[in-house]
Amino acid sequence: MSSLWLPILMVVPVLGAIVVALLPKGSDKLAKQVTLAVSLVVLVLTLVMAFQFPSASGDRFKFEAVYDWIPSFGVHFGVGVDGIALVLIALSAVLVPIVVLASWHDADGVRTADGTLITPKRSVKTYFSLLLVLEAMMIGVFAATDVFLFYVFFEAMLIPMYFMIGSYGGAQRSYAAVKFLLYSLFGGLLMLVAVIGLYVVAGKGTFMFPELVGVIQDPATQKWLFAGFFIAFAIKAPLWPVHTWLPDAAAQAPAGAAVLLVGVLDKVGTFGMLRFCLELFPDAAKAFTMPIVVLAVISIIYGAIVAIGQSDMKRLIAYTSISHFGFIVLGVFAMSQVAQAGAALYMVNHGFATGALFLAAGFLISRRGSPHIADYGGVQKVAPLLAGFFLVAGLAGLSLPGLSSFVSEFMVMIGAYSSTAFGSGALSVAAGISALAVILAAVYILWMVQRTLNGPTAEPVKAFKDLNVREILVLAPLVALIIGFGFYPKPLLDVINPTVTQTLVNVQVDNPAIAEKGAGQ
Amino acid sequence: MNGAIEAPTIEYGLLAPLLLVFGAAVIGVLVEAFAPRYLRKSIHVPLTLLSLAGGFALVLVQALRGSLPTTPAAMGAVAVDGPSLFIWGVILVLSFVCVLLINDEGHFVASAAAVPGSADEEEAETAGGGHTEVYPLVLFAVGGMMLFPAAHDLLTMFVGLEVMSLPLYLLCGLARRRRLLSQEASMKYFLLGAFSSAFFLYGMAMIYGYAGTVSLPGINQALSSGVLLDPLLLIGMALLGVGLLFKIGAAPFQAWKPDVYQGAPTPITALMASGTLVAAVGALLRVFWVGLGNLDWDWRPVMWGVAALTMLVGSILAITQTDIKRMLAYSSIAHAGFLLIGVMATFDSPAGNAGSLSAILFYLVVYGFTTVGAFAVVTIVRDPGGEAWHLSRWAGLGKRSPLLAGTFAFFLLAFAGIPLTSGFFGKYAVFTAALGSGAEVGDSLGGWMVGLVVLGVVASAVAAFFYVRVIVLMFFSDAAADGPSIAVPSTGTVAVISVAMLVTVGVGLFPQPVLDLANQAASGLFIR
Repeated sequence: MSSLWLPILMVVPVLGAIVVALLPKGSDKLAKQVTLAVSLVVLVLTLVMAFQFPSASGDRFKFEAVYDWIPSFGVHFGVGVDGIALVLIALSAVLVPIVVLASWHDADGVRTADGTLITPKRSVKTYFSLLLVLEAMMIGVFAATDVFLFYVFFEAMLIPMYFMIGSYGGAQRSYAAVKFLLYSLFGGLLMLVAVIGLYVVAGKGTFMFPELVGVIQDPATQKWLFAGFFIAFAIKAPLWPVHTWLPDAAAQAPAGAAVLLVGVLDKVGTFGMLRFCLELFPDAAKAFTMPIVVLAVISIIYGAIVAIGQSDMKRLIAYTSISHFGFIVLGVFAMSQVAQAGAALYMVNHGFATGALFLAAGFLISRRGSPHIADYGGVQKVAPLLAGFFLVAGLAGLSLPGLSSFVSEFMVMIGAYSSTAFGSGALSVAAGISALAVILAAVYILWMVQRTLNGPTAEPVKAFKDLNVREILVLAPLVALIIGFGFYPKPLLDVINPTVTQTLVNVQVDNPAIAEKGAGQ
Repeated sequence: MNGAIEAPTIEYGLLAPLLLVFGAAVIGVLVEAFAPRYLRKSIHVPLTLLSLAGGFALVLVQALRGSLPTTPAAMGAVAVDGPSLFIWGVILVLSFVCVLLINDEGHFVASAAAVPGSADEEEAETAGGGHTEVYPLVLFAVGGMMLFPAAHDLLTMFVGLEVMSLPLYLLCGLARRRRLLSQEASMKYFLLGAFSSAFFLYGMAMIYGYAGTVSLPGINQALSSGVLLDPLLLIGMALLGVGLLFKIGAAPFQAWKPDVYQGAPTPITALMASGTLVAAVGALLRVFWVGLGNLDWDWRPVMWGVAALTMLVGSILAITQTDIKRMLAYSSIAHAGFLLIGVMATFDSPAGNAGSLSAILFYLVVYGFTTVGAFAVVTIVRDPGGEAWHLSRWAGLGKRSPLLAGTFAFFLLAFAGIPLTSGFFGKYAVFTAALGSGAEVGDSLGGWMVGLVVLGVVASAVAAFFYVRVIVLMFFSDAAADGPSIAVPSTGTVAVISVAMLVTVGVGLFPQPVLDLANQAASGLFIR
């Protein structure tokens, strides 16, 4: 039985990209409309699929479709979703139309209110067809049930993002794009060795994920292969100390691309840790837990502290993300139901919260032409709507109770704190230290808010127009989702929980108390 | 003492592709001698293309007939087995494509003997014509490329090597622009090539001294019973290796490659980068797998070092290059290193060896086509003084002609081995073979093979840097005001780029058909 849902979800944006690319010269407006229409179609299809997602019973992967791709290598075009993959695909499908709307004029040549050109006019069609290609690959990477196919998407999706940063970004764009590509490519190549190693050692002649779970038994082999996968994912996520590409890339990328980069592409890293590192190499994952937790805690604190010191809004948001990714990694490796469910939920919530924050900051920047916090002040009096959305997005960034990221951050910390999987409360200490980041988060967000929104209105800010309809349409859905899932995260958790349980079974966490306690909450 | 010499048996049917190409080359020489100047080109072009196409058809006929011969042809001189036929087919298609490039106007000097910039040269230039002997020379080189990897004894292999190399030495010196560079390249290639041939010959003599035969299976047999630490054997093996590794441009014998690739007329560079590499890897495999297969514990450690050095030298030195052709030359060196990883991936079982062989053959196909395509693009990005060789001149090309720049960028991504391009599957196939062979043999060797593959991956990452740098230049930099012009490409050039692009994209998405072909060709391994 193969379901056509996922292949269709991937084919639609690709066809859309081809149509957009082939549109005649001078049809920029049409290109934008087609892109928006295609991305909305994908969103609708995804939502219809998501509502048909069967409840916990049955196979791990739903909507499976497996076709032979390269029989000689045992490679399949195998797609299917579990709960976590589903919510991440849905996240991508929600973000893309929003990003299309947000980037409406990004390639037209951005001018500030007083007419200075920030970015020159570039090819609109190319930008939007790259965006659609990227969407197809984002869906593909989460849907892949064949390890090789996952790798192919993991690497190939760098290329559209590379061109989006390099051709459409800010002043330092080509440096940022190359740094982004080389970091990711290097990690990806190490993963390639591990992928081949997995194939060779498993000796199964196939790359299908379900058939590879639990096959590698030798602890030493597990450790090597785990390392290959983990380094790639740590670069992608990104985890301290291999995070340095992210602030550059996110700050130079156009706001829309930055949302997809931090909101979705980086999630592939944490998603990969949860799906591949843990389930394929459970013993190695347990052996490496402590060092990884230490790295995660460093990321949490380091990201938060460095964020406080940033003078550039987009860099600041990028550093907050490094801190948040630390939380996700901590949740993944705490090896308890609550923590992992929290981590998976965090991936979605972070996408919405950081997305909103990047986009609101992008709207500020497009009005003033400068990413520097010092160039702003008193926006609230001139553009109350913009300021309001910026504030809510910021509060979601610091995990205010009632907003969605609070739920996931709380789950991760509780889950890690109560996890006794590694004895002597080591994880409790980690959770305790990372709780400090909550205070730091308040500092970096509120201080930025204070310097940009409040205070005396700076002279150039006085000319600001408030949000127009398009911009409201961009931010309103995100804020609605942030508040909605803040009060009622159950639909997401219901989908995520069975997958987490399955993951923990595959990892063989031999502490029933944790699993039980997790299931109870 | 009856002294009756038996007439040798020659399997004309099996050798037909080879004979056709050589025959056409001889006819080409006659055309050069007797046909009037104005007619020559119009005779040469169809003759050359038809003979290459005919040769390919003959290869197809043999491949489709199914049963491949299990004994070598021509009294044990030439092995027409699966790998040979595959390599022949690849070489014939690649050289057909290259001839389309050669056919384009203006790559070759009107009179090679004229001093650059002299009145003689101007005269020859105004008289028109240009060098039509390019065509028969190319045919001889192609014939040599076919004989080289199919040779079943070292003597025939040496003949193949020379028939392949001598015309190439000449062709390198015929560039129309940058004459001095071209002549220098030709001279360097000739001198170094002559040295390497001497090494090969000397090694062959040593091996003969050890085994009493130059036939590859004969040497293998002698190894299976003889003393393995005989100095004659070891020295012979090393010298043979030097000769062969020189031809594929492996470090530390890579020094000629950038100079020659840079100086030679670009279509000839394309022919060398694709055809010669294919042929030389084929010959290397035959010597080390068939002839010295029983000695792999002796040559594998050395080959390990050579492969590692080649990959690193190729990818690191490429970073500092500013000439596009030199950069592609270093890239070719790096790829030779990746191929050597495949050469080392020998197994105990024939099935495993067939897997490695098929991986190498596959790599050769995908690399060959991508590299021809890349050089074809180089030929049409022009400055007033010829090709726009300096990288800085390529800045902003993406804005002037997005299609061409996009195509070139795609070739570069394929070189870098990004998934969904053909280059990725080539690298993947070779790496898999290497890890598989290491895992089979066990711990100590397994670790070394893993190390080599990791080095390969590191080299790929370094190499990605300079490929990406060109993309950055083309797309993210602003164009110079007096940037290069894009020559209106001839139909032939367009065809070449299209074919190369088609293969790079097609194999990148659906590698299975080509893999099937390679698997089939490799299934019977080399005949022994």
